[in-house]
Amino acid sequence: MASKVIHALYTDDDLLLQAVRQVKEARYSIGQIYTPFPVHGLDKAMGLAPTRLAITSFIYGIIGLLVAVAMMNFIMIEDWPMDIGGKPSFSFIQNMPAFVPIMFELTVFFAAHLMVFTFFMRSKLWPFKKAENPDVRTTDDHFLMEVMVGNHNTEELTDFLFNTGASEIKLIDNK
Amino acid sequence: MYTLSSKLKLFSIILMVVGLLGLIYGFIAVPANIEEVKELIAHDDHGEVVEMPLPGQTEDELEDDAQGFDFVPSEHEVNTERTGEEVHKMAEDAELVHLEHVFHQLQNKPWAAVYVAAFFFFMIALGVLAFYAVQFAAQAGWSPVLFRVMEGITAYLLPGGIIMFVLLALSGFHFNHLFVWMDPEVVAHDEIIQNKQSYLNVPFFLIRAAIYIAGWALFRYYLTRNSRRQDNATDINWYKKNFKLSAGFLVFFIVTESMMSWDWIMSLDPHWFSTLFGWYVFSSMFVSGITVIALVTIYLKSRNYLPFVNDSHIHDLAKFMFGISIFWTYLWFSQFMLIWYSNIPEEVTYFVSRIEDYGLVFFGMVALNFIFPLLLLMNSDFKRVNWFVVMTGIIILLGHYLDVYVMVMPATVGESWFIGIPELSALAFFGGLFIFIVFNSLTKAPLHAKGNPFMKESEHYHY
Repeated sequence: MASKVIHALYTDDDLLLQAVRQVKEARYSIGQIYTPFPVHGLDKAMGLAPTRLAITSFIYGIIGLLVAVAMMNFIMIEDWPMDIGGKPSFSFIQNMPAFVPIMFELTVFFAAHLMVFTFFMRSKLWPFKKAENPDVRTTDDHFLMEVMVGNHNTEELTDFLFNTGASEIKLIDNK
Repeated sequence: MYTLSSKLKLFSIILMVVGLLGLIYGFIAVPANIEEVKELIAHDDHGEVVEMPLPGQTEDELEDDAQGFDFVPSEHEVNTERTGEEVHKMAEDAELVHLEHVFHQLQNKPWAAVYVAAFFFFMIALGVLAFYAVQFAAQAGWSPVLFRVMEGITAYLLPGGIIMFVLLALSGFHFNHLFVWMDPEVVAHDEIIQNKQSYLNVPFFLIRAAIYIAGWALFRYYLTRNSRRQDNATDINWYKKNFKLSAGFLVFFIVTESMMSWDWIMSLDPHWFSTLFGWYVFSSMFVSGITVIALVTIYLKSRNYLPFVNDSHIHDLAKFMFGISIFWTYLWFSQFMLIWYSNIPEEVTYFVSRIEDYGLVFFGMVALNFIFPLLLLMNSDFKRVNWFVVMTGIIILLGHYLDVYVMVMPATVGESWFIGIPELSALAFFGGLFIFIVFNSLTKAPLHAKGNPFMKESEHYHY
C-alpha cells in the first residue's frame, strides 16, 4: 500500500505541461516525469528548486583560470623562459596578453567538463547503468508522469488524470 | 500616447544650456599663442622626473651617472662643426617645437571633446537602428512591444548625423586640425598619406559622409513610416515592406558603417590601419544602443507606460547587453593582441601611445566594458532586476564613451589630454539634445505598435 503509483502517458509536451499544472492544483503529488527531450518550463511547473549547476560551473571556471595562470607562469616564466618575438619572458604581467587565449580555453574546458561530470554524479548516471525509465516509449515520443496515489481514491485519481488528457493510465502496485 | 513630462523637458534643456556654456568657456580658454602655453606649462609643473632603477640595477648605480663606466678622455680631440652657441640655439629650437606642438594639441582639445561626444550619441542612434532592423529581418517574436521605443531613439539619427557632417565639414575647411591628413603641408612631407590621397581627400570624404548619413536617415524614415502605417492597416503589407527594407538596410549598413569607421575615426591616425576596425566600432555602437533601449524602456515602465513590457523583455535586452559586451571584448582583444605580439613598428605605435599616455583610461575602459557586465549580468536572476540592469547600463555607457575617447584623443590631443570642462560640457550638451529629441519623438506615435503581426506573441512573451 505504501508505494502505489499511477503512470499516466501523454503524447504531447504542451498537454503534459497543462496536465502537470492541473495535477499540482488538485494537490496530488508528482513523483518523476520521463520525457524524450527537455520540456521548456517543466521544472517551474513542477515546482522544482532552481538548479545550482550554474554556480558550480562558475566555480569550475575560476579554477580553470587559476590553473591556466599557474601553468603558464611555471612553463613560460619560471621553468624555461624564452625570448619570443623580442618579448623576453621575465615577468608574468608583461607577457600576459599572449597567455589570454590559453586562460580563456582552460576556463571553458574546466567549466564545461567538470559541469558535465557534476551533472552525471548528481543524476546518478554512469556507463553501463541500467535504464530507470519505466516505459521504453519515453525515449521516443511519449511523456510519462508518475503520480503518487497515497491516501487518495485510485478510481477518482484515474478519472482525473484521464480528464487531463492522458492517453494511457497504468496502476503500478509495488508490494 | 506618451506625453513628455515638463520635468524631463526642463532637465534636458538645462543640460543643453549648461553644456553650451561650458563649451563656450572651453573654446575661450584655449591659449591664444605660444607664450600662454609656456606660462600654462610653467604653472602646472608635474614635479620633477623621478628616476626609477631598471630591473637588475641597484640604487647606487642609479646615482652614478657613468653607471660604473668611468669616462676616459680620448687621446684624440673630437672636432665637431657646431660651436657652443649653435648647440644652445638648437636646444631652444627643440623647446619651441615642443611648445608649438602642445599649443596645437590644446587648440584641438575642445574640438576633439565635441567630436567625441557628438559621435558617441550619434552612434547610439545608429546602433539602435541596426538592432531594430535585425528584429525585422529575423522576424523576432519577442520584441515588437519595444519597437516604438527603438523608433523613438533612432529619431536622433538625422539631427545627430547633420551635426557630425557639420563637424567634419568644419575640419575639411580647416577650422580645426583634428584630421592631420587634411593639412596640405603635412601631406607634402608624407609619402604614406600621399599614396592614400585618392581616397583620403576632403571632397570625396565629405561626399561619402553625406551618402552614409542620407542613406541611414532615409532607411530610418521609411522603416518608421511603414511601422506607423501598419498600426491601422487591415493586411500585413507594410510589415512585409519593412521586412525587405530591413534586409536591404543591413547590407547597406554593414558596408557603410565599416567605411564610416575608417573615415571618421581610423583616418585620425592616417598611417595606421586595422582590418577589423569596422566590426570593433560596430560592436561598440550595438551594445551602447541596446543598453539605451533597456534604459529608456525601464524609464517609461517606471512612469506606467508600456503595460505589455514585462521582466522577460528586460531579461532579453540584458542578455544582449551581456553577450555583445563580450563580443566587443573579443574584438578589442583580437585587435590588440595580434598587433601587440607581432610588434611591427607601423602598427604598434597606435597601442604604444595609448598605453603610455592613456594607460589608465585605456585599460580602465576594458574593465568597465568587460569585467563589470560579465560579473554583474552573468546571473540569470540579476538580468530581471531592473535597477541592476540600469546600474550596469550606466557603466556600459560610460565605458563606451571612454572607448570612443581613446579612439579619438591620442591622434588629436596626444599627451595633453584631460577630462575637464570641455569634455564634460560636450557630454552634457549632446546628452541633453539626445534626451530632448528622443523623448519628443516618443510622443509622436502610440507606444504600442498594435498592427505588428507578431504583437500577440510579444505581449505574451515569457521566459
